[in-house]
Amino acid sequence: MSAASTARAEILRRATAAIGAAGAEPVTVPRRYRSAGGLGPEGRVDLFCERAADYRARVHRFAAAELDAALAARCEELRARRLVAAPAAPWRPGGAEVEVDDPPLAAARLDQLDGVLSGCAVAIAETGTVVLDGSPLCGRRALTLVPDLHLCVVAAANVVETVPEAVAALAPAVAAGAPLTFVSGPSATSDIELQRVDGVHGPRQLELFVVWY
Amino acid sequence: MKAGFESAAREALGDSQLRRNMARATTTIRARRAAAVAEVEDWEELREAGAAIKAAVMASLPRQLERLERAVEERGGRVHWARDGAEANAIVTDLARAHGAGEVLKVKSITTDEIELNQALAAAGIRAHETDFAELVNQLAGDWSSHILVPAIHRNRSEIRLLFEDTIAAGRRLDEDPVALAAAARGHLRELFLRVPFAVSGANFAVAETGSVAVVESEGNGRMCTTLPEVLVTVMGIEKVLPEWRDLEVFLQLLPRSATGERMNPYTSIWSGVHAGDGPREFHLVLLDNGRTDVLADELGRAALHCIRCSACLNVCPVYSRVGGHAYGSVYPGPIGAVLTPQLRGLPQAPTLPWASSLCGACLEACPVKIDIPTMLVHLRGRVRREVGAPRGERAALAAAFRVLSDRGRYERAQRLRRLGRGALAQLLAAPWSRSRELPEPPPQTFREWWDERG
Amino acid sequence: MSGEPRAALLVTCFNDTLFPDVGRATVTVLERLGCEVAFPAAQTCCGQMHGNSGAHEEGLALAARAVRVFAEEPAVVCPSASCVGWLRETAPRLAAEAGEDDLVAGLEQLGGRLFELTEFLCDHLGVEDVGAFFPHRVAYHPTCHSLRGLKLGERPLRLLRAVGGLDLAEVDDEDCCGFGGTFAVKNADVSTAMLADKMAAVRATGAEVCTAVDSSCLMQIGGGLGRARAGVRTMHLAEILACER
Repeated sequence: MSAASTARAEILRRATAAIGAAGAEPVTVPRRYRSAGGLGPEGRVDLFCERAADYRARVHRFAAAELDAALAARCEELRARRLVAAPAAPWRPGGAEVEVDDPPLAAARLDQLDGVLSGCAVAIAETGTVVLDGSPLCGRRALTLVPDLHLCVVAAANVVETVPEAVAALAPAVAAGAPLTFVSGPSATSDIELQRVDGVHGPRQLELFVVWY
Repeated sequence: MKAGFESAAREALGDSQLRRNMARATTTIRARRAAAVAEVEDWEELREAGAAIKAAVMASLPRQLERLERAVEERGGRVHWARDGAEANAIVTDLARAHGAGEVLKVKSITTDEIELNQALAAAGIRAHETDFAELVNQLAGDWSSHILVPAIHRNRSEIRLLFEDTIAAGRRLDEDPVALAAAARGHLRELFLRVPFAVSGANFAVAETGSVAVVESEGNGRMCTTLPEVLVTVMGIEKVLPEWRDLEVFLQLLPRSATGERMNPYTSIWSGVHAGDGPREFHLVLLDNGRTDVLADELGRAALHCIRCSACLNVCPVYSRVGGHAYGSVYPGPIGAVLTPQLRGLPQAPTLPWASSLCGACLEACPVKIDIPTMLVHLRGRVRREVGAPRGERAALAAAFRVLSDRGRYERAQRLRRLGRGALAQLLAAPWSRSRELPEPPPQTFREWWDERG
Repeated sequence: MSGEPRAALLVTCFNDTLFPDVGRATVTVLERLGCEVAFPAAQTCCGQMHGNSGAHEEGLALAARAVRVFAEEPAVVCPSASCVGWLRETAPRLAAEAGEDDLVAGLEQLGGRLFELTEFLCDHLGVEDVGAFFPHRVAYHPTCHSLRGLKLGERPLRLLRAVGGLDLAEVDDEDCCGFGGTFAVKNADVSTAMLADKMAAVRATGAEVCTAVDSSCLMQIGGGLGRARAGVRTMHLAEILACER
């Protein structure tokens, strides 16, 4: 046997011996925690906006018809002129130059752009989180990571209240092999005297555009 | 650890800057965790579920590991098994060599600190770059972690500023503002993220059902390391496996609130094998034993493997928050370290750690997976006495005390002679006690003498 | 409660030998409330010190002794949260580990009849006002075993609030006082650092008296306050409840 297969066999053998009798008794997991929330659609979106803002994401709420103008205005304010968009992200803020990540841009190129535009798969109200799933609307992982500004459009219909609801909603994507990124506010560190400082390696600014379609 | 906890702790207490830094940091984080937990109405139900899931993992560990292996490989990843640190280090070093990597990026992984991977890589001529802010601080300072989650908790901002000015800022003056310090780290590391194509990570969780690995972090260096390089190697202790995808719904609530006191940490990356056109082209998962199956074999000590490395027990511990992490002589400090380190390394390697606690119970109360650390400490004290031995004076004193206490006649005679208060045990205790505290005067009459007199 | 409830006192070796006033005060309070108090004289030590020090065999032997001594008592009262915690929670687990099934059963049986003093007063007798009078400012220190072990919660505070003349101050610090049994001497420096912070919190209340439900913790706090000549006395909760106008 090779060293590798010996190691595998030995670890499994040791673990089997170690658990002994405990291995025979199945452990039941009590799942008495809340799996779903009780808020309606409006309440969920309100909570999401409040919680996301708590972690210093900038949150903007619009009707679908106003989105393009709002994006354009915000890009202008932030002086974000050169953007990259996820392949299926349809938004084109007027006044900004938008490249589409199809074919994929090199990481060094992403580093030179002002910001990235994407959608999200699910948003979690209780924690103010958006989840990206690598789909064409969200883009590959590097896309929403390297640029310093992330403009993320959140469809109100995709906002769930609790973490368990989000995990359930993401199960098919994971089963299909999608990589996931949970994003709650801009990149941060608490490493200096436990003080949360925004912006280390990921985007230092996270702008969320919550839209009712 | 040769010197043992007692003397290391004494030394740490003498460092007033360290004590101030620790007091300030742990006070801050305690309050934040308490607030984050208080707003969750089903916190106790989540803890119960978390504890049960971990118990279920341990009871079926071999099967879960095989499931995980199969799922990762089905999705294009490669799984390696390492019985100890040397084997894991050899696997990582060989992979780096095979890809001609002279440098590797690292995202904070206590597991790789446990096996001293960086030293092994250095011996092979490979330079490891720590990318977590605090790990970078420690690496630049030649220092080591003193906290599971905030490894440079023992440093304050002015110490970090001076360190950066001497190192990554290359002579530039820096502002003491944490924002400026974080920006200096960003500038330094961005170049590495874009250039170095080989990364090593740890893992918070791995889901057997789907072959998914999760890294929970704040800064984005985890995203960088798990996304930009061509090759990613994840080193993970075998106890980190979770059976089902659904189990994450529990731990993604328990961990961030217990750890940094946030409703959710800024970034959690979850990947499953290799994703075409997205992220590394090669993914290796190293499953590490390194003493874990020994811990598993101890029925009462086993639950130490349930730990999700949130460090809530460190922050609430009155001992840790005063002496800091280094006194524990291990990458796993604080209460969880006091039960995990002796079990992982073997009791003779860390026999004083089970006594590094007043058994106050704050750790158990804070633990999101309800690890009964106080009882485990008492259990390990018993094992140390039986398997390693106790100092002779202590052994003699406890034996003498037992002789007296186990017989009413001897007990009452000892009381009459005022020896129970001033006997062998008292002699042993008196000196260290009296340095800072008065000893009570033995009363003129014991309780039972009063009771008898009263009739 | 009807009739004369019987209460067997588990005074603890610590109180018996070093703090007999705590035992006397417990008797005073119980008798004032109409209890018939018994003191099984064969009792010595519950085994906590040995058990927590890792001498499990000795600790369990002493716990077994306590089980035997109190076997016939319908209700056992103990003015020490840590001894109750040991007998009710830690010892049964160590006994189970050692395969001493009879002892596990005995401890569980005793555990159902064993009350920490404030549990006995509040839960068993259903009393909060024990007729005490103590016109002083008193700081209550929740000991670890009372707060996190037995989860006594508000019980001691409810009893103190009902004491005539008493001006109650809560210590704004739930950390351990640093006693921890042999911890206090094995890690004397850490123990002293913890004590220093506890003393500061006690002194900040401006109280004349610091009270708690464990004499061991009070020995630590009192020993520190005495050394510092802080002018703050320590008294067990029972001693305050025993005071009358």
